[in-house]
Amino acid sequence: MKYESQKIALAYMGVALGLFLIQVVMGLVIGWIYVSPNFLSELLPFNIGRMLHTNALVVWLITGFFGAAYFLVPEEAEREIHSVKLAYLQLIIMVVGTLGAVITYTFNLFEGNILLGKEGREFLEQPLWVKAGIVVAALMFLYNVTMTVLKGRKTAITNILLLGLWGLALLFLFAFYNPSNLALDKQYWWYVVHLWVEGVWELIMASILAYLMLKLTGVDREVVEKWLYVIVAAALFSGILGTGHHYYWIGTPAYWQWIGSIFSSLEIIPFFAMMAFAFVMVWKGRRDHPNKAALLWSLGCATLAFFGAGVWGFLHTLHGVNYYTHGTQITAAHGHLAFFGAYVSLNLAIMSYAMPIMRGRDPYNQVLNMASFWLMAGGMTFMTFTLTFAGTVQTHMQRVLGDGFMDVQEQLWVFYVMRFGSGVAVVLGAALFIYALAMPRREVIAAGAPAE
Amino acid sequence: MTDTTPEDHPLEQLPGDLMMWVLIVSELLVFGAGLAAFLGVRITDPAGFASAQDHLHRAAAGINTLVLVTSGFFAALAVRASEHGRIARARLWLVAASLLGVVFLVIKAFEYLEKARQGIGIDTDTFFTFYYLMTGFHAAHVVAGIFILGLVGIRCTPRTVEVGAAFWHMVDLVWVLLFPAIYLLR
Repeated sequence: MKYESQKIALAYMGVALGLFLIQVVMGLVIGWIYVSPNFLSELLPFNIGRMLHTNALVVWLITGFFGAAYFLVPEEAEREIHSVKLAYLQLIIMVVGTLGAVITYTFNLFEGNILLGKEGREFLEQPLWVKAGIVVAALMFLYNVTMTVLKGRKTAITNILLLGLWGLALLFLFAFYNPSNLALDKQYWWYVVHLWVEGVWELIMASILAYLMLKLTGVDREVVEKWLYVIVAAALFSGILGTGHHYYWIGTPAYWQWIGSIFSSLEIIPFFAMMAFAFVMVWKGRRDHPNKAALLWSLGCATLAFFGAGVWGFLHTLHGVNYYTHGTQITAAHGHLAFFGAYVSLNLAIMSYAMPIMRGRDPYNQVLNMASFWLMAGGMTFMTFTLTFAGTVQTHMQRVLGDGFMDVQEQLWVFYVMRFGSGVAVVLGAALFIYALAMPRREVIAAGAPAE
Repeated sequence: MTDTTPEDHPLEQLPGDLMMWVLIVSELLVFGAGLAAFLGVRITDPAGFASAQDHLHRAAAGINTLVLVTSGFFAALAVRASEHGRIARARLWLVAASLLGVVFLVIKAFEYLEKARQGIGIDTDTFFTFYYLMTGFHAAHVVAGIFILGLVGIRCTPRTVEVGAAFWHMVDLVWVLLFPAIYLLR
């Protein structure tokens, strides 16, 4: 670790991993509710469990992004973070807000209260005071990191990363605008939801991936930057108007069906480019970096993002197909592999890289870390296939034959059982990952046993 | 691969800038997909498409084709002038190319107004949805192209003019594909 303030990232990544565990355990709970629908129906209704599952995901991913930025910006800008205190204060605000949201959801406190009660929109359920806290924290972060970059060396990686993070914060402002017209409500809602994960988050992903490739493979910065610019251009070109693939059936004009179909079909290109980038860099790279786990997560991230976000996204993006598959388990299959591949794996990759450095050790427990990759990636891939088959059956029964929703759900039971099984693998993998990072023992490969 | 230096990498031999080519290929993909979808939907209703097409102003679009192709020629002359170090002359050709771009937009606006007067809009039928989407997107690119030509006129070097002209030729090319497919094909 070259700069003392990089250590801020340790706290951020720790909080992120804690929330990660909560997220996947909650996933297991609601996965079981699919198998046995009355499970916890009084204590923790399904919609609340799902809210915790999705909200915790988004919060820990963003916390991880912030951590990654605090780790890599000093190294890229070649100077300490502008204000270390501000960075910790920002984390405290985020933790308080997160806890507030969790408690409000779980016990349904202050129902209907405009400031304290949970709001109704999916994924943006946070009470207003939490939303305001998020904005304050984001502003503190942007100020802190932007000041650091402005005073230091400017690289393509930090420029793209900052562009992505500024976009993330500015687009969140649409969460405060909630028109009473349902079609308009959804239209602006996607400004946050779609333009995050299929827009600015891709910039964050590409820049962090580029940083990892630079460090792990030793390829020239110039080469990495060229790839980075092409990927970012392709992401924005396809992703912005690709928003149209959410406007097929919400009451927006019909021409969105063509805009959405055409542009969102191209969204696969940046993900393909990121996969190609990662593998070409490794092939070209001369460096044999000891941190094999970080490399495995990086390559896994690029590959699973291509399949989860790219291929599984294209699967149901054309409006002629989506007419039948909309809102079925096909969507759930895509959502799980896309988030896991693109953003979960990315966070776990940068953590695998940064944690040993911040704790002043050689990369340790790599075998366990790599085992956790295969456990999580295997579980998530299996889950994606079961949900895809479930979605195919559901689409045919419900949308083609016209059977009732609950009748169809009963027929899908066997898929939900298998999905629960794969969920267990993911949770075990997550626990193993945290253990591998947090409980350092000696290196797995001993440096030669001392003679007795 | 191991012997190639960055200079003789095929990407380095592209005229202009790599990013412009990324943009051009992306644009061609979008317009190509739009055209393919248009022709695909046309198969399902050839008679409806033919009668809708009769509302279009073929002569205006024909004139616009001449205007835009000539404009592309002027942009090419600007590239040649800049390569010979004649910056003032290059700027003059760029202005001429841009002015023809404006003429194209005026004629296009006349077409749109005429449609509006007949009560035809983007939601009238599938033919006109495609008509407005594709020609509208294209017109937006003409606007962007005029802006880019102005920009490379201000920072006038052989390289920038080449990059700007590449974009302008793409706008030209797309129109040459749209015109027969939308206005003429029976």
